[in-house]
Amino acid sequence: MRIIGKREVEDMAVGAAVLASGGGGDPYIGKLMALQAIEEYGPFQMVTLDELDDDAWVCASHMLGAPTVLVEKVPNGREGVGAVDALEARLGRKFDAIMPLEAGGLNSLLPFQVAAAKGVPIVDADGMGRAFPELRHVTWTLFDVPACPAAVCDEKGDTVVIEAIDNAWAERLARNVAITTGGSVFMADYAMTGAQAKKTSIPGTSTYCEVVGRTIREAHEAGGDPIPVILELLKGKELFRGKLDDVSRRTVGGFVRGYAHFEGIDACHGRTCEIEFQNEHLIARSDGEVLCSAPDLIAVLDAETALPITTEGLKYGARGVVVGIPVHEHWRSPRGLEIAGPRYFGYDIDYVPVEQR
Amino acid sequence: MKDWRIGIDVGGTNTDAVVLDNELNLVAAVKCPTTEDVMGGIRAAMAAALSQVEGAREHIGYAMLGTTHCTNAIVERKRLDRVAVIRLGAPATAAIKPMVDWPAELREAISDRWYLVGGGHEFDGREIAPLDTDELERIAVEIDGACDSVAITSVFSPVDASHEKRAAEIVRARLGADFPVSISSEIGSVSLLERENATILNAALVTVAKTTSESFVAALAAEGIEDAEVYLCQNDGTLMSAAYAMRYPILTIACGPTNSIRGASFLTGLKDAVVVDVGGTTADLGALTHGFPRESLLAVEIGGVRTNFRMPDIISIGLGGGSIVRKHDDGHVTVGPDSVGYQVLTRALCFGGDVLTATDIAVASGAAEGVGDPGKVADLDPGLVAAASAEMARMVEECVDKMKTSAGDIDVILVGGGSILIPDTLKGVRKVHKPENFGVANAIGSAISQVSGQIERIFSLDEMGRAEALAKAKELATEEAVKAGADPATIEIIDVEDVPLAYLPGNATRVRVKAVGSLRL
Repeated sequence: MRIIGKREVEDMAVGAAVLASGGGGDPYIGKLMALQAIEEYGPFQMVTLDELDDDAWVCASHMLGAPTVLVEKVPNGREGVGAVDALEARLGRKFDAIMPLEAGGLNSLLPFQVAAAKGVPIVDADGMGRAFPELRHVTWTLFDVPACPAAVCDEKGDTVVIEAIDNAWAERLARNVAITTGGSVFMADYAMTGAQAKKTSIPGTSTYCEVVGRTIREAHEAGGDPIPVILELLKGKELFRGKLDDVSRRTVGGFVRGYAHFEGIDACHGRTCEIEFQNEHLIARSDGEVLCSAPDLIAVLDAETALPITTEGLKYGARGVVVGIPVHEHWRSPRGLEIAGPRYFGYDIDYVPVEQR
Repeated sequence: MKDWRIGIDVGGTNTDAVVLDNELNLVAAVKCPTTEDVMGGIRAAMAAALSQVEGAREHIGYAMLGTTHCTNAIVERKRLDRVAVIRLGAPATAAIKPMVDWPAELREAISDRWYLVGGGHEFDGREIAPLDTDELERIAVEIDGACDSVAITSVFSPVDASHEKRAAEIVRARLGADFPVSISSEIGSVSLLERENATILNAALVTVAKTTSESFVAALAAEGIEDAEVYLCQNDGTLMSAAYAMRYPILTIACGPTNSIRGASFLTGLKDAVVVDVGGTTADLGALTHGFPRESLLAVEIGGVRTNFRMPDIISIGLGGGSIVRKHDDGHVTVGPDSVGYQVLTRALCFGGDVLTATDIAVASGAAEGVGDPGKVADLDPGLVAAASAEMARMVEECVDKMKTSAGDIDVILVGGGSILIPDTLKGVRKVHKPENFGVANAIGSAISQVSGQIERIFSLDEMGRAEALAKAKELATEEAVKAGADPATIEIIDVEDVPLAYLPGNATRVRVKAVGSLRL
């Protein structure tokens, strides 16, 4: 068990933005909620998967809806707790720990406040190892852990328990509840035992976020360039270095789709790179050649500060380093590629791990 | 006819003043040192400019001031009003208290009381909860006599501002009809905490704006100018009336760079260019698009506080006339970022000092005729001079490229006293313009400015369609411009932007529109 204080939370927020792969929402609100929760409940207790008893019960905690709503209708801190309470009532038993659904973006830090308010530890693991657009894009789905029963709670205290036939329907129903209650809700779902969690989750992701954030901070303090250090840490690869000269976004089916086009600088001079995104970055190509594709992570880091640039923050003239980061092995299985590979997102190409390209 | 203008711009080093006649010809221009109290420098610059032209005083009908008073108050944490902070949004939002990540001294200087009250809206305009008017009436009694100013922020007020407006009425019913109340829908855009922060800062600056306007009016009166229309410069390169400035003082922050950009546009007649304003310590680069400074789209920090009100998109680099030039052991040459600043006139080699500065390089390379004594830098190693000149050009070229919005070459306008440092040709630049009177472009920018209005709202395009939503947004922006003092007949829409929002039904889209018109004379 490890104690997580304010400094660790600040670092995690930066790392979570790198793992968000361009989407996932700004971790800022999650960070501020976590900082206020530390003042209220004291530092967080974080346990590793190994430290969980096999017969312990854990569930995932996260928000669902529009990040734009969450930054405006800020939570009151009871939504996440209300969802876990409702799931406990449905299952007739208490959870021993809470686990993040998503290591990237906004959802990486929100569950810390929920765990603290429930008085249980947070698990250093998650179901994505990055950010993905949908609830069912979790490794738990690959091992047939159902999302349901799933509980939804809003800031007014309304709760809904969803018993869906599969994870896709769970998502559809939950999104409709979210829209009815004002665009953003908290959920508790994917209830499982400690033994299941160990087998099906991606371990150590909160610590991973923290180390990435700390590396960037320490490199800034020392006046060095953090990008090579981060690449080594993430086993990542610099795919391209360029200046953003075109960006386009549009809403399709509730997702923001679009592309960002870079003109090469430094060693990439004379080449171009295009990243396509659907909330998260999905594919990076250079002059027709695929550099990296989902489910591997594609992050755009500011060439000077190494801080990640989100799809919303992409603007003309930005100097970006496009980075490919290998995703966890779970996602590289045939089933993993079926629900989060290039073909799932509409690209008719075979997946090749980024380190082999 | 009283149809001349006097424009004043307060910078970190100099306070500049210009007088323009009825056809906007420059008839007087001066630079005076900025004083610690700011107003002393303003009075001195004004007096010096007016004494340059006989009879100027009788012609002045308009006086424009671009000043750092508000920025300084936040940075120094002084002269700030005590603010009662009211957030309308319960039962939502309690998980993050107001001002939670502010620097502690600034929070302590501004506010020790905040309230979370039932109210606020959903993204689609439904109420989160009815407005708790009983609670607001109780709060009004409690804060009566305990604060100088009130900041009210309601959830989704950019969609529906009715709760904020009603809450302001309740507060004013108790504290007085003229009591300063800032409401967030008039200050910032979507993102509760950033908008709330900007609203609180705005509320804290009301007295600073008031005393600034009053002392400006008094300084004019002391020069015998009694009935001029008085305007303050905003950070989008437009003006607001003194009365409007007291309601929106935060909009004066960072007006200096935007005045330079507008002045550069006026002096060259260009509408699209990158403006490089080189001072003693830094060079500020801004983009001129359609005749106005381009805005930053990202959250901006002011005095350590994250806000989301509009700010110009400015890049500053450590390159100015006083930048220190060094040759390192491995032979490479650096310029800045440290500088001797305003002491360049005594410490630079060409002025008899002992520090090698960027100005010395310009003098040694023959680019700065009439500056200092070329004899004092004649012995400099020509290799060093060439390397330092190349480094200065490279620094500017890189930043110009960052400010571009497309790959083609663009025009660059050089202004400010330090622009002698920059060569006449730059990579990626079509033409480098060095207008006459480049030294006082900022004060000219303040004098010639127009008046603007801007709105940012979320619209459901499924409900009203894009064309109708944009038309509505343009209408609202035009109304704002008229309120700020624009002549309705001259108003143009200069900027329209719509950004779709993820995971929301009804094709929710954030629309931002800006309207600009000439001063109502």
